[in-house]
Amino acid sequence: MKQYLLSVHSVEGGAPRPPEAMQQAYQDVAALNTELQEAGAWVFAGGLHPPSTATVVRVQDGAVLITDGPFAEGKEQIGGFWVIRAADLDAALEWAARAARACAEPVEVRPFQEEAGD
Amino acid sequence: MPADDATAIERVFRAEYGRAVAVLVRVFGDIDIAEEAVQEAFAVAVQRWPPDGMPPSPAGWIITTARNRAIDRLRREASRDDRHAQAQLLHARDEPAEEAAVSDDRLRLIFTCCHPALAPSAQVALTLRLLGGLGTAEIARAFLVPEPTMAQRLVRAKGKIRATAIPYRVPTEAELPHRLPAVLAVIYLIFNEGHTASSGDQLVRDDLCAEAIRLARLLAALMPDEPEVMGLLALVLLIQARRAARTASDEVLVVLADQDRARWDRGLIAEGQAIVRACLRRDQPGPYQIQAAINAVHSDAASAADTDWRQILRLYDHLLVLAPGPVVALNRAVAVAEVDGPETALGVLDDLHLDGYHLFHAIRADLLRRLGRSTDASAAYDAAIALTANTAERTFLQRRRRGITHGG
Repeated sequence: MKQYLLSVHSVEGGAPRPPEAMQQAYQDVAALNTELQEAGAWVFAGGLHPPSTATVVRVQDGAVLITDGPFAEGKEQIGGFWVIRAADLDAALEWAARAARACAEPVEVRPFQEEAGD
Repeated sequence: MPADDATAIERVFRAEYGRAVAVLVRVFGDIDIAEEAVQEAFAVAVQRWPPDGMPPSPAGWIITTARNRAIDRLRREASRDDRHAQAQLLHARDEPAEEAAVSDDRLRLIFTCCHPALAPSAQVALTLRLLGGLGTAEIARAFLVPEPTMAQRLVRAKGKIRATAIPYRVPTEAELPHRLPAVLAVIYLIFNEGHTASSGDQLVRDDLCAEAIRLARLLAALMPDEPEVMGLLALVLLIQARRAARTASDEVLVVLADQDRARWDRGLIAEGQAIVRACLRRDQPGPYQIQAAINAVHSDAASAADTDWRQILRLYDHLLVLAPGPVVALNRAVAVAEVDGPETALGVLDDLHLDGYHLFHAIRADLLRRLGRSTDASAAYDAAIALTANTAERTFLQRRRRGITHGG
């Protein structure tokens, strides 16, 4: 089995979604998480606070430097992610399609370097 | 090595490279191992076949030799504690290597090459490389990119297949509607590039046409129930049927209206038309089937004057609904000129934004010439000539242009 990162990309500054749509998204994501767990594909997942809450830590000349984030300056930011186990890319893409539908945001799929240890 | 031995091995290479790579990819689960092993096997063949004679089953010999070479190499690497090599050896033990064991190895591989996670340019390059056995330099030449660029494109695509674990399998019935169009597009693109090479001295790259037809036949044999697969095969057969009539003895392009129809390949026409009739009976039309039907109408006409242009225009109207786009509209305009006259067709062209496409200017030039607008026609021919890098096509356009000047 391989492991894939499914990251949800949101564009900042878009029109806020109505509460009903947000509620629906929470429900859909919860349902998807249950399915991932039942299918044995679940490794880890989580939604993130907005990029304005990010802090960047770097080491410069041996000293730790802490600055206000986010690191990436672009408008597109990661809003949340899943780490899943899947047999191949097609299986991962299928989960990603359902994730994209549940969140109503684009989802990027990237493989982990190491195989899942099972 | 005598030249005819070299030609015979070259022929086996062209015909069997894709099959051998497809089998080896399944056996080892790795494209690079498969490619290296098959190339090594052909290198051995070049040494052995001329003195020993060609084996009864050249493809079987290549596959067996390639498999043994790859296993030898993996054993050496595995004994040095290479976990990757150990895993691939384990994979190989479970997979039969007989050439006929799984007839659809190439089908799996073509769907891998044309996976939507790969960029279209990478899909074409991989298909030509892995299934057609074309070298990186040849593919780079065919698509007008520098060889290092093409090499990098191939390395990156193969790296993505490996890293993301794009599977070697034929999509399920449910996935097929999303996955098949890319495969058809890649095969048709290869055929088109062969049919009118985008650059060079030859009008037609016969190797690319032959490769595309081979892939189209393969796909049709493996998926006979897919109407568009059959449509694509009929389309390339009917266009290929005109191959001999399409170039004059001096290698210059001869357009459809001026072709000596006695030189058309009746066998290919009969085969293509039979497929088109079967598609019509099935009545699940798609863009490839309609384009095939248009070519079937052309191939029915004993002379250019006998062409049923109304029927062709009706087919283009249908095509424009199923596959709207400026290039389809441009081709439709040629039929409009025959049915409603060049003036009307010129009006159709005015709405198209195809300034960078040489055929747009060539068709426009021809309409202007027919309307007696010599100066405008010359300018349009100049625009077309400036945009085509194919010598045969350019010579044709230059002659047409001179024809206007002399005729006044």
